[in-house]
Amino acid sequence: MLDALTLVTGVAALLLAAWCGWAAYRDQPTKDWHFIGMAVVSVLALVQLVIGIVQLARGEKPDQGTTIFVAYLLGAFACVPAAGFMSLGERTRWGSVTAAAGGVVLAVLEVRLHDIWGG
Amino acid sequence: MTSGEAEVATGDGSTGRSGRLTSGPGTLLVWLYGVMVVGAVSRSAYQIATEFDRAPLAYSLSAVAGVVYGFITYTLVRGSEGARRAAQVCCAAELAGVLIVGTWTLIEPSAFPDATVWSKYGMGYVFIPVLLPVSALYWLRRSRDPERSVRG
Repeated sequence: MLDALTLVTGVAALLLAAWCGWAAYRDQPTKDWHFIGMAVVSVLALVQLVIGIVQLARGEKPDQGTTIFVAYLLGAFACVPAAGFMSLGERTRWGSVTAAAGGVVLAVLEVRLHDIWGG
Repeated sequence: MTSGEAEVATGDGSTGRSGRLTSGPGTLLVWLYGVMVVGAVSRSAYQIATEFDRAPLAYSLSAVAGVVYGFITYTLVRGSEGARRAAQVCCAAELAGVLIVGTWTLIEPSAFPDATVWSKYGMGYVFIPVLLPVSALYWLRRSRDPERSVRG
């Protein structure tokens, strides 16, 4: 369950990055649809956070330690919203670049989460 | 944050255009520096708290890197001319740090039983640690206050 969710969130993050990168390429700021996309990715990360904690509560142990696992889950959850707020304050192509960078960072975090969980 | 901006305006008598360094490409820089702050600080805090004896040098260097990143982020957000200069100095120091530690980890891997943020020029962080100071220095040079940089 967690593995599948990690994969889905990672792919969604990359799609978001590509989409926002495309907007930046066309010299456009992030628009409503981009923010809806960010919301979808953020919800995925939130679900992942909840499921991850439930797994821990059930007594499962991540390979590389519980603290690191929870820290990465929280980081993954905060990542895209933080980039989204910054792109909200920067209504140029650079806001789109920042949102795209947020998607890339989340994808990297998902890869790390996969390693930490030991899938 | 508003009180900080007021200080900038009165403190050095500049026009105090707040957000000067955080607009445009600066947004991306602040975001990436923010990510590096969280990454380096939380990583070193965890490692120093749990397994400091294993690789004291590596973990201390990560902590120093985290502090430098934090300070640069702060100066970018402040955006006054003084902050811009301080950021330039720190970015230069950061670049030197990445290059020195990166080379060091390649020549003498035994000094580092565990990786730092700057190991192998930041390979574990998609080379962001080495690319970031270069682009930041470029950005800081370009956003110099025209009227204040005539000679000074």
